[in-house]
Amino acid sequence: MTAVLDWIALGCLLGGALLSFAAGVGLVRFPDLLSRMHTAAKPQILGLLLILVGIGLRMAPDPRVGILVLVALFQLLTVPVAAHIAGRAAYRTGRVRRDLLAIDELRDELAEDSGR
Amino acid sequence: MTAPSDRPRPPARLRVGRRAVHLPTLGVLVVVWAMLYDEVSAGVLLSGVLVGLAVLLAFPMPAVDSTLRLRPWACVRLLARTAVDIVLASARVLRYTFAFGRVPHSSVIRVPLRTRSDLMLTGTAVALSVVPGSVLVEVRYATRTLFVHVLGAANAAAADAARADVLRLEERVVRAFGTREDIRLLEAAGGERGAR
Repeated sequence: MTAVLDWIALGCLLGGALLSFAAGVGLVRFPDLLSRMHTAAKPQILGLLLILVGIGLRMAPDPRVGILVLVALFQLLTVPVAAHIAGRAAYRTGRVRRDLLAIDELRDELAEDSGR
Repeated sequence: MTAPSDRPRPPARLRVGRRAVHLPTLGVLVVVWAMLYDEVSAGVLLSGVLVGLAVLLAFPMPAVDSTLRLRPWACVRLLARTAVDIVLASARVLRYTFAFGRVPHSSVIRVPLRTRSDLMLTGTAVALSVVPGSVLVEVRYATRTLFVHVLGAANAAAADAARADVLRLEERVVRAFGTREDIRLLEAAGGERGAR
């Protein structure tokens, strides 16, 4: 039973590591800030959760697992706020590659605002 | 304040001098405090209450309009669907990441939400931000409109699909946490507002 759990934990840790690596690759490869936010903020969430599950399975009966739950919870609650602020600031200061946006419905909206 | 009929009972409060402490918030803080320790003992709980009281008195929070209901079954559905979405969307972002030599095109789409509630708006925005592939760029509070950057949405069809996804997410959030009024509004609006 412990062996099976160990293997699952191993899988989770490796999966999490892979996703974190992918986040790094995306950060280097993607062209503008908004695209980069997708990889920096997102596979990292699943990656972190997988790593936490992996660690949690290893220390299962230990009550300190509570800390892992807190890490996951606060990550889920705070990442959206940070991502939104960074995305908003990036868009408003023009750090967006407009040639890479197929559709941009916010630009029209902002143009209407300033025209009013 | 405006809809007293929607409020079953006033929230439990403890008056300390001129400030009021919201007891459920204190309870949550004590639970978080206890989770930081190896074991739950009287000392941990007592220090948790003291620290919680100090935090709440030092940083008074504005009262949230807490017209929130928890529907267990809908919550489970929301969590399960979001978990599946996170995995699927992570795979999609992963594919873009390793498609070397191709730069992904994206879209910024406008999604007018159907809900009128602050909490539902916040819940939808948070759930949306947790799922990969979408970054919130702007929130229009007055019209309850979200502007979402969707990675890889290179044409109108993909943008419409992403918009429908956001509206479905909103529906799941409202069904999990919304009041009856919220759900009624959602059903009255149907899917029409999303199809602009």
